[in-house]
Amino acid sequence: MLSSTAKNLYWMGRYLQRAKSTARLIEATQRMALQSRGEEAAGVAAIFGMEDEFRQTQQQGGRLASLIDFLVLDESNPSSIVSSITAARSNAREERNNITVDVWESLNGLWLDLSSRLRGDRVLLDRGALIESVKKQAVMIFGAAQVTLLRDEAYNFLQLGAFLERGDNTARILDVKFHLLRPDGNPHTDKPDYFAWSEVLACIGAVRTYRRIYRSALDPVKVAELMMLRRDVPRSVHHCLWMVDLSMRELADTYGTKGEADRLAGELHARMRYARVDQIFDIGLAKFLGGVRDDIATLSDEIGRQFLLD
Amino acid sequence: MAAKAFDEMNSGTTGSVRAPYRGVADWLARTSPERVAATRHEVDLFYRRHGITFGAYGAADGHEATIPFDIIPRVIAWDEWEYLHKGLVQRVKALNAFLVDAYGPREICRAGVIPETQILMNAEFVAMAQDLALPGGVHAHIAGIDLVRVGEKDFYVLEDNVRTPSGVSYVLENREVMMRLAPELFSAMQVLPVADYSEELLATLRSVSFSDDVEPTVVLLTPGHFNSAYFEHAFLADEMGIDLCEGSDLFVDEGRVYMRTPRGPQRVDVIYRRVDDAFLDPLAMRPDSFLGVAGLLGALRAGRVNIVNALGNGVADDKSTYTYVPEMIRFYLGEEPILQNVPTWRCDRPDEFKYVLEHLAELVVKEVHGSGGKGMLVGPTSSKAEIETFAAFIRARPDNYIAQPTLALSTCPTFAGQGVAPRHVDLRPFVLSGRKVTIIPGGLTRVALKEGSLVVNSSQGGGTKDTWVLAP
Repeated sequence: MLSSTAKNLYWMGRYLQRAKSTARLIEATQRMALQSRGEEAAGVAAIFGMEDEFRQTQQQGGRLASLIDFLVLDESNPSSIVSSITAARSNAREERNNITVDVWESLNGLWLDLSSRLRGDRVLLDRGALIESVKKQAVMIFGAAQVTLLRDEAYNFLQLGAFLERGDNTARILDVKFHLLRPDGNPHTDKPDYFAWSEVLACIGAVRTYRRIYRSALDPVKVAELMMLRRDVPRSVHHCLWMVDLSMRELADTYGTKGEADRLAGELHARMRYARVDQIFDIGLAKFLGGVRDDIATLSDEIGRQFLLD
Repeated sequence: MAAKAFDEMNSGTTGSVRAPYRGVADWLARTSPERVAATRHEVDLFYRRHGITFGAYGAADGHEATIPFDIIPRVIAWDEWEYLHKGLVQRVKALNAFLVDAYGPREICRAGVIPETQILMNAEFVAMAQDLALPGGVHAHIAGIDLVRVGEKDFYVLEDNVRTPSGVSYVLENREVMMRLAPELFSAMQVLPVADYSEELLATLRSVSFSDDVEPTVVLLTPGHFNSAYFEHAFLADEMGIDLCEGSDLFVDEGRVYMRTPRGPQRVDVIYRRVDDAFLDPLAMRPDSFLGVAGLLGALRAGRVNIVNALGNGVADDKSTYTYVPEMIRFYLGEEPILQNVPTWRCDRPDEFKYVLEHLAELVVKEVHGSGGKGMLVGPTSSKAEIETFAAFIRARPDNYIAQPTLALSTCPTFAGQGVAPRHVDLRPFVLSGRKVTIIPGGLTRVALKEGSLVVNSSQGGGTKDTWVLAP
């Protein structure tokens, strides 16, 4: 398999996952904004690390609706849903021969659906329906990949991209939201704000998962534990880095070589596996998550170097 | 009838729009009928996809109907809600005190306030529920109190539901639908959220466990997926993260209740049951019940499991006990009732019986144990023949009927046919009582979709609306 194929599949996984995470995040944020009067827009922009870009793009300054358009529709924003899906589709198109018909058709179908929605009048465009459709179809694309793709190198690069992106997203959401809700970093509070914390969980679609696991009132420490350390929660940082490590091992078996990326993937996985939530709060959540996110970024670079993707 | 009714949007002074409805009125003026029609189609799809369906009794073909949802919200101002909230807390406290008393010393009878026959001769009285010291002294943990409005300041309690009141899943799902379909209206008004209901419900259920466990095990007992409210049972279990059990999933051993799990038996501390009293335990109640758990009442009496709502609550919410609730409030709480009862004639009292028969054409007559809008007569909208047939029923069993004046229930703007028209509504807030009393703002608004109709029950063609309590 060519390095260019590996690269396309890696980025297809990343972009598709990015579009999906963004869609979910916007939905959760909108719900929250409708239920409270909080200044949500700034918080969302912070999650995307683009407060400045957002302020520059939008003259009226910080309204949620304009931020949503920036994150969903703006083609000049490389991370917007539209840009991400266009990029993922173009990656897939180059690798038509390396993916199954089911994966290609479902991804192309999403792109066509999006394009036809964007052709109409922007004022009348139903943003909610668009976001819902992205969420649903992304699930179908990943599902098609699960049931139809050959478990070869190509599959592992797709997995690597998707899970690195997803793990980073969850870490970033938790980092930013926790800071907004508990600026002093102390997770212990007498009466946690139910709506605020359920919205944090909703960003990774885990409100009911929380109840299933803990069967108790929402508690910031448990929310953090679920999002970081629960291996059985498919969007937790631990789960994602476990899957990354697994794909790295498969690739090492295939190629018979190992490098810095393998070491780092193993180390990140072990860190999440053996961490304890109370110790994380002793160190400081922001510091811990910052370290994890830096290392995820380094891992992505190392993957590029090791497999000649760049 | 309809002409006289208080309209919650348009009955401001000199016919102007009332303050809490200003946002809604603006939105209605701005929104095209096409947009609304499209939205209504989306609502139906949403409900079907989520499986939010309701099998009305009598639909033998298993057809899954959705309860019609009206997209125009029903709005309640903060000060109105504050008043209702106080009245509801007071009323449910008194009902709980009454249930403790009715299944205990019956002091209220000895004081001559309520005749003892009212309790002991009641068909809903459960002898096995006597002399139980239930945790927190709570029998009615989840109460649905049906309220109607007839004027700017006039609310009445139409009936109390303290057995297994249903409908709260619609409160939560209606809100989801509204946020999805009319975000612009939502953001124009400050609506208090309701989504914490399931968290409060779980806390309430846990707080009434007999055991001292920090996290007692709670399950929801359903009659099964053929039940018309099965969607709600599954919804609430999912929201709370608890197991949804049928009778066959539970068993009693050595006086304790367990559920069967792949890991082996797991002890159960609190059962939120949506199965009627008579079917709970074939050893103690109806022997032909397949819906219950043999030995369950023994475990309850031994203080090993709590059953929510408690057994025999029907003595507190039937329509003849209803007439005594204001007296209960005075007797147990030493307070004047905040929320008023609808004036009620009891047909088992000779003078009232006579009055009712003479005025059937103006009255609403209901069966004492009836529910779901069945077995009732709405005098003003009934034919002479219907009234005469019903009069025969009353003469045959006067003790089975009560009568009330036909109230001009308030109306709310509702989409009907091609446009917006006023339709009659009621309101069912859900009151949770454990170690404390909690009420999520608002409740279930039911709306009679037929013009002029006063019957809001979903089994009789009623619909629902999202209920918005505005922030102070």
